[in-house]
Amino acid sequence: MKKIVISIVLLNLLAACASQKPQETAAAPAAPASAAVTVAPAASAQTYDDALNDPQSILAKRSVYYPFDVSDVSAADKPVVQAHGEYLSKHAARTVRLEGNCDERGSNEYNLALGQRRADGVQKMLELGGAKASQLNSVSYGEEKPVGSAHDEASWAKNRRTDINYAK
Amino acid sequence: MLKLCSGALGLLMLASALTASAALNIEIIGAGEQQIPVSIVPFGGDAKLGAEISEVVSGDLQRSGLFRLVDPLGKSPHESAEVNYADWRVRGTEALAIGTVGAQANGRIEARFRLLDVIKQTELVGQAVSAGEGQLRAVGHRVADLIYEKLTGIKGVFSTRIAYVNRQGRQFSLIVADSDGYNEQVVLSQHEPIMSPAWSPDGSHLAYVSFETGHAAVFVQSLYTNQRKLLADFRGSNSAPAWSPDGKQLAVVLTRDGSSKIYLMRPDGGDLHRISGNGGGIDTEPNFSPDGLSLLFTSDRGGSAQIYQMPVEGGAARRLTFGGGTSYSPRYSPDGKSFVFTHLNGGKFYISMQDFQTGQMEMLSEGGWEKKPTFAPNGKLILFASEARGRGILATVSSDGRVKQHMFTQSGDAREPVWGPAQ
Repeated sequence: MKKIVISIVLLNLLAACASQKPQETAAAPAAPASAAVTVAPAASAQTYDDALNDPQSILAKRSVYYPFDVSDVSAADKPVVQAHGEYLSKHAARTVRLEGNCDERGSNEYNLALGQRRADGVQKMLELGGAKASQLNSVSYGEEKPVGSAHDEASWAKNRRTDINYAK
Repeated sequence: MLKLCSGALGLLMLASALTASAALNIEIIGAGEQQIPVSIVPFGGDAKLGAEISEVVSGDLQRSGLFRLVDPLGKSPHESAEVNYADWRVRGTEALAIGTVGAQANGRIEARFRLLDVIKQTELVGQAVSAGEGQLRAVGHRVADLIYEKLTGIKGVFSTRIAYVNRQGRQFSLIVADSDGYNEQVVLSQHEPIMSPAWSPDGSHLAYVSFETGHAAVFVQSLYTNQRKLLADFRGSNSAPAWSPDGKQLAVVLTRDGSSKIYLMRPDGGDLHRISGNGGGIDTEPNFSPDGLSLLFTSDRGGSAQIYQMPVEGGAARRLTFGGGTSYSPRYSPDGKSFVFTHLNGGKFYISMQDFQTGQMEMLSEGGWEKKPTFAPNGKLILFASEARGRGILATVSSDGRVKQHMFTQSGDAREPVWGPAQ
């Protein structure tokens, strides 16, 4: 039984790799990253000196999203944060600012605290991935800097996120 | 109670007298059950000043919801001897305010006014009220406070001030204004968010959160000298300042040592120490009890945001809100017997009040985008942030839930209101 499961997973991974190729000309992937996406840069025809500049790299994804009142990084976004952690561990000169944001439900102050917990959660995961605390600075904007301003789930979903912003 | 307010009475009185040069336009919705009929006769002396003062007094009394203004219909006595009580009984008025006003050589404005009981035909109060040049509205508010106190037995709050944040696009402004929204003064204006203004108990300073250093930091600013001090600027977020009733301590929320916890410090930044517990939970929005012995705060330690109470020196916290939904932004009533807070349930925010003794929760609003309630110093009105016509506005509701008013700023979104201390 176990073997069958493993082989199905492998098949899925292979399929994901195969299906990755036609997307090479597309812009930075907007879909939630899966583990399979990490192999995409290797398959890319164009090469980048810095993987951070590769729009096909998982590193192109700089935001992680959350359900309402949740501050743990989702399983789908973990590979993204892990990839950034690994990148930062190999590029000690790079620094990032982690900016936690929330939707407007809750009080401004509660959301400020929740946004900070989101950013701090990403920071911890980056450190586990090898980044040094001195490379990281986590802050919260709470609900004060919304991307979407309507009172609906479409806006709220965009606002519940942590941005990983590399210093230029 | 709510139905009475919006449906049965269904009154929408536009305070049209107040719109000229108003920073805030005001709409009053609903009315108190028993309104005291009062006539305000335009003051004599300097006729222009007299008309203006009467307008301020009338507007204040009307907004409180406790009074019904009876038109003097041409009668204009200015002294007790000129009053024919029969004229006023016929009009159905029970109290009559008369007086004179004039500007002195140095510009100082002085009003002499009397409040007369039409039924008993006696003088309830006679007093001179004065203020500096250009402070006519202050004189009017003081007169309105005296009338309110004499007729209701409760201290008026017309002379008090409010603070709020106005957001217009990327521009954030910290505003201080009279309780009716006039005399707007910009305390701070910038392109980074401003949150959570808090008055010092003597009304001389505001503490607030500003993002100008790139993250949330707590500042204290003098309203007299405008001098500001960066009070808390540790790693992460520094926020939710609250003053102790004696003004000697501030509670702030820091993430200095991990997740958001409550700390106490002196207004000069000294003696910083943590009072709320360990663990990964959020503790925020502290508010001191009027006796200074305990704090209300918001915490998600039980799995969702709810209101808790703890001793100021720290120690065990007691959960106060239960049931469906989440609760935020608690503030004690001035008598310490109840607290107001924001309650989120079924996708709507409600301004709610809970009695400490009974534990009974009461919704004071119909629900919508209503946040951050704050009591007037006399406990009779609650100011909060609301939304109407797609804009953030300020609103008040009487503590019995009956009378509501909306205050519209000229532009932008008004938010984060807080009522200043008694004068």
